[in-house]
Amino acid sequence: MSNIAIRVENLSKQYKIGARGLRYNSLREQLMDNLKSIFHRNGSTDQAESTIWALRDVSFEVKKGEIVGIIGRNGAGKSTLLKILSRITKPTAGSAEIFGRVGSLLEVGTGFSRELTGRENIYLSGAILGMKKAEITRKFDEIVSFSEVENFIDTSVKHFSSGMYLRLAFAVAAHLEPEILLVDEVLAVGDASFQKKCLGKMEEVHKGGRTVFFVSHNMAAITSLCTLGFLIDGGRLVLSGSPHSLVEEYLSSVRNCASIPVSERKDRRGNGRIRFTNVSILNNRLEAVEHATSGQDIYISLEYDMGNYRKLENVIIQISFAGVFGQPLFACLSRVAKDGVLRLTPGARILCHIPRLPLLPGTYTFNIWCKVAETMEDWVADAGKLSVAEGDYFGTGKLTTNVVGDFLVINEWSVQ
Amino acid sequence: MEQTPERVHRILIQPSKGLFHFEVRELWQYHELLYFLIWRDVKLRYKQTMIGGAWAILQPLMTMVIFSIIFGRLAKIPSDGLPYPVFAYTALLPWMLFSQSLTRSGASLVENANLISKVYFPRLMIPLGAAAAPIVDFIVSFMILLCLMAWYGIRPTLGILALPPLLFITIMTAFSVNLWLSPLNVQYRDVGHAIPFLSQFWMYASPVAYPLSLIPEKWQFLYSLNPMVGVIEGFRWALLGKQSPNFIAMAISIFAVLALFLSGFIYFKKMEQSFADVI
Repeated sequence: MSNIAIRVENLSKQYKIGARGLRYNSLREQLMDNLKSIFHRNGSTDQAESTIWALRDVSFEVKKGEIVGIIGRNGAGKSTLLKILSRITKPTAGSAEIFGRVGSLLEVGTGFSRELTGRENIYLSGAILGMKKAEITRKFDEIVSFSEVENFIDTSVKHFSSGMYLRLAFAVAAHLEPEILLVDEVLAVGDASFQKKCLGKMEEVHKGGRTVFFVSHNMAAITSLCTLGFLIDGGRLVLSGSPHSLVEEYLSSVRNCASIPVSERKDRRGNGRIRFTNVSILNNRLEAVEHATSGQDIYISLEYDMGNYRKLENVIIQISFAGVFGQPLFACLSRVAKDGVLRLTPGARILCHIPRLPLLPGTYTFNIWCKVAETMEDWVADAGKLSVAEGDYFGTGKLTTNVVGDFLVINEWSVQ
Repeated sequence: MEQTPERVHRILIQPSKGLFHFEVRELWQYHELLYFLIWRDVKLRYKQTMIGGAWAILQPLMTMVIFSIIFGRLAKIPSDGLPYPVFAYTALLPWMLFSQSLTRSGASLVENANLISKVYFPRLMIPLGAAAAPIVDFIVSFMILLCLMAWYGIRPTLGILALPPLLFITIMTAFSVNLWLSPLNVQYRDVGHAIPFLSQFWMYASPVAYPLSLIPEKWQFLYSLNPMVGVIEGFRWALLGKQSPNFIAMAISIFAVLALFLSGFIYFKKMEQSFADVI
């Protein structure tokens, strides 16, 4: 008997996109379309629906007992791969073979019902995830003690704190004991101790000789936990190998990406009523600078193109910064600005003022997105980078070398 | 130590190749999930209500009172010599079971969108569970019927044994219709708006408020092709000792349901592959 757990051959998945693919269709729309196509029998121009390959010719083999970490930027196809392997959606081409019982954990709390009690939800969620009733009953006490919500087990989960909810939900999933476990970014939620618990459980699963396949943006978890790494980009499996080298490769590609001018980036999402065309860092005299220094007053300038629109109201912009290892640091959201929303007219630029930049020297990258009335218009990952050099943050004439962490915080000392 | 090789569970994932494939074994594997889905429906139905399960009784009971006043008293619709309230209530029970099965099952896939896009299990379980769950309401309101019959001094006959198959036909009819409608609803939410209307329309095409004898003789056969005609008349026959339903028409309508079931099954299996992408 072979020791292969998963074998994937030329797996591809195509999605239709555009206004029709994403929202649900209404019958009227469909009928109108059919009607239109009668009149335009010869010119089938608007019928050319745009499609994208979320996954393209992916092939690999995973042996039993491996922990595979999958990394890649948002929209690279990681989740699509997990969805196909967990049989939620069908591939367009290619095939995958899985040897063993599969448990998939694509979200924490699948099948939970807010109105039901903790006890009821353990059974319900367990059954939905594929456990037998007898199996749940047998593991019930273990699940409850893992979740640490013993005292509230007969309370409806809508009264749970989000932490309790997460712990209970994960506890059910963690006791699934499948031979192959597929996990999607579950660790991104919850506090540090919860994450630690999740990781511990996954290690335990691994020690039991089972295979784990997990997607994460947590590079530290990938390097410390995984025995094999896959790097996915643009729907293709670009690299596989030791998680360590893969993570380095990925992070340097992120930094390279941030050097491409925004206007040339094609991997963006959103409706496109607004497109960012240029991103730059300015000093307090609004002159572009190569790099900022700690403690400097800076502006992030976003230039944009709004097509034929004369005016767009209710605009919200976010700039979110990530650190050297891709870890999220902080975000500047325009919703908290004075009026809550921005009004845009053509030919202007958006400025985000960050007084007294509290970042330590290093290279940071940032994502930007823009929503108009809650719909995503443009979204660019790693749109730009912010290089920070040493500076006099504290105004004491001393540079900020040898400080641990990412941030600088004003602190005052005295002895009284 | 030699270990006997365990029977390895092998899953093959590939694009659908024209003909659907279907595993009875897998459905059986998940039969407990069906139970849990029904259980959830029942549990959630009357959560955060003041009178809870009493709604199951109140709905048919109030409808019966209104029907008795409007159709029985005012419109003076005949009830084949039976007291109108019993006449109507006996029909309302299977009818309400049917209409609830129909509407809840029709909306079920859309309501469970989060499950469909996050976890795998045979999708068939969702509309099936939703179609079967109203049986619990039925059982509760059936108790009231027994009281009502005792009040009017009507003794149940051995015909009561015919109830389980009649109930089965009722649920299967609602389920078969929804093998078509619930996937359609995933694609076109219009269907969700149309189902309550369909249910109302269907009620007037069934002898709930009036007796079958009111339909002109020459139309009766055609009329009886509606499976619910056979079920409702069957109920009145089984419980109240009325004349038996037209078994030939019933047999034909059962065949019609069977055809709807089989074709709907194929349609559902074909459509379910894109649920997660469309929903």
